[in-house]
Amino acid sequence: MRPGITVSAARALAHDLVVRPRDPAEETEALLGVAGWAAQFTPRVAHEFPDALVLEVSGSLKLFGGVDCIRASLVEGCARMGFTAFAACAPTARGAAWLARAGVAPCIEHSDALESALAALPLRIAVRAADTLEALHAIGARTVGDLAALPRDGLARRFGQPLLDDLDRAHGRLADPRAFYVPPAKFHARLELPAEVTQAEHLLFAARRLFVQLEGFLAARAGGVRRLELRLFHREARMTSIPIGLVAPSRDASHFTLLARERLGTATLAGPVRALALAADDIVPLTGEPLTLFADESGRPEDWQKLVERLRARLGAASVHGVCSAAEHRPEYASRACELTLARGREKEEEEKVGLRPFWLLAAPRPIMEVGAVPHYGGPLKLVAGPERIESGWWDGSEVARDYFVAQTSEHALVWIYRARDAAGGWFLHGLFA
Amino acid sequence: MGLADPGAPLTALLARPDIRRGDALAQVASPSVPTGFAALDAELPGGGWPTGCLTELLPVHEGIGELRILGPALAALSRAGRRLAWIAPPHTPYAPALDAAGIALTQLLIVRTAAVCDALWTAEQAFASAACGAVLVWPGTAKYAELRRLQLAAGKTRALAVLFRAPRAASEASPAVLRLALHTVVGGLAVRILKRRGAVCEQPVVVNIGAPRAVDIAVPTQSPARSAHAQHCDA
Repeated sequence: MRPGITVSAARALAHDLVVRPRDPAEETEALLGVAGWAAQFTPRVAHEFPDALVLEVSGSLKLFGGVDCIRASLVEGCARMGFTAFAACAPTARGAAWLARAGVAPCIEHSDALESALAALPLRIAVRAADTLEALHAIGARTVGDLAALPRDGLARRFGQPLLDDLDRAHGRLADPRAFYVPPAKFHARLELPAEVTQAEHLLFAARRLFVQLEGFLAARAGGVRRLELRLFHREARMTSIPIGLVAPSRDASHFTLLARERLGTATLAGPVRALALAADDIVPLTGEPLTLFADESGRPEDWQKLVERLRARLGAASVHGVCSAAEHRPEYASRACELTLARGREKEEEEKVGLRPFWLLAAPRPIMEVGAVPHYGGPLKLVAGPERIESGWWDGSEVARDYFVAQTSEHALVWIYRARDAAGGWFLHGLFA
Repeated sequence: MGLADPGAPLTALLARPDIRRGDALAQVASPSVPTGFAALDAELPGGGWPTGCLTELLPVHEGIGELRILGPALAALSRAGRRLAWIAPPHTPYAPALDAAGIALTQLLIVRTAAVCDALWTAEQAFASAACGAVLVWPGTAKYAELRRLQLAAGKTRALAVLFRAPRAASEASPAVLRLALHTVVGGLAVRILKRRGAVCEQPVVVNIGAPRAVDIAVPTQSPARSAHAQHCDA
């Protein structure tokens, strides 16, 4: 099968052929996305349109463990984003791009070996214009080596100087300045799905590719995100937005995937999804964690953060909280739910001595019976400590005036009860000394 | 030919944690957290609350001291920077009491769940995280298979994993490695060890979990009377 044949002719040759329209704009978009991701290896990333990127990696070899490690990371990372990539390495940018395009993907470290490697490449790699290629084929030039062997002045007259310039740039005989890619300040990537998808698992598979791209984008900027938005586009309905919040900035693609799994598991979709996009607007610097020499018993801070985020993604932020105390005499206000802290425990503040307090405080005081001046809760209660008088809150309308006692039930359990000191009076159960 | 000291290999063999002897407490592989009660430590394999496996507490009645018995261990863990996860607790844990017990409030994680399956899922996540030093779970009406799964998840953790269950669960089979029934007696809390690794424990252990001291505040001798100040504000 050759380029340029009709779809019907192709179908006749291969009956199980899958035909998909090609969208050059989307291909460029994808190439830009990969460029943003690849910027984590070097700040010098340039496009070689329409299908290649060139990275100047000589400054990054030591950090990433050599050229083979970088090539392997590039190919593997592209595979995780859903692209098939060939990585070649050469002393010149154009030479490397040609080698990669040919799919031979060798690693040439010295200029001496470059000429022979390029000479073996088929001519279609070096010459994109179809009419030039045809003319060169007609005069018997099949490889780049054949082209280089032709008289230069004749080539320049027949095909113009740009062809020779290209050849010289590939061989390193002419300077090849590049405009390096500047990543945008915000991250946005979109992925068209090959078919409409309704299952969360399939969506997650596609979303993972975007998360990998985001991870590289953030690594290039030494940043992290606190908030992501996954947008699902439907054919008819409006888009579904799935915000993902994080306790602390992160750029871990597998962690993003875990959070997205929980969110997608509970989200209701307006219909089948045909495209999805990932947006992250607020990129904050992410400081590295100091490496510790000895394994810390209490785990790393990110373990804690990831646990909290995972729980919140499934149960909702309000269901996962901490507890803090408040300087308040009224028992129901002395403890409240509060935001979880990432920091380790602070030193306890000095506070005034209060009486004995129960581990469980009931959500609301429960009235209990009084039989012959003795409070009853599953039997008569024996007062073992108290009273502790609490009178407070006359200024904000929820005044309390109570005498608290620690009482023992007939089963020897301890409860916290009080006698109301208002006109209605009566005994109330307020806590359990669990 | 026999070995020079036939007793030595046998002693070495018997010291293995996966060999259980009927007349002694089992060896434990993971470090235990001291309970803070010497009498109880003496009866528990490893000398404290085990980590990396499920411990069941079955109080005969809610509020008899099932948290106070954990108090010293929780306080020690929280001071060591470990997090304490409370999953689906029946009431609100009360900050002043936790504070008084020495538990660092910043280390607490309270998770409220609507369904039993959510609570079990949360517990599995907490076990899987290295951040938690103790995971307290109120599993409600969890079934054996679900608890079995939880026990397997707990095997990977270094945390103290405690399930609080109703007393009627004592007659059911449970995958928990340590099961303690709690009831009250004069002088403290009686801990009946239903199941442990090693020899059977016949006698309940009585633990003094701290009787409340009298609060040093004047006792009103007459019927409650409102202070003049409060009356003034009402008027």
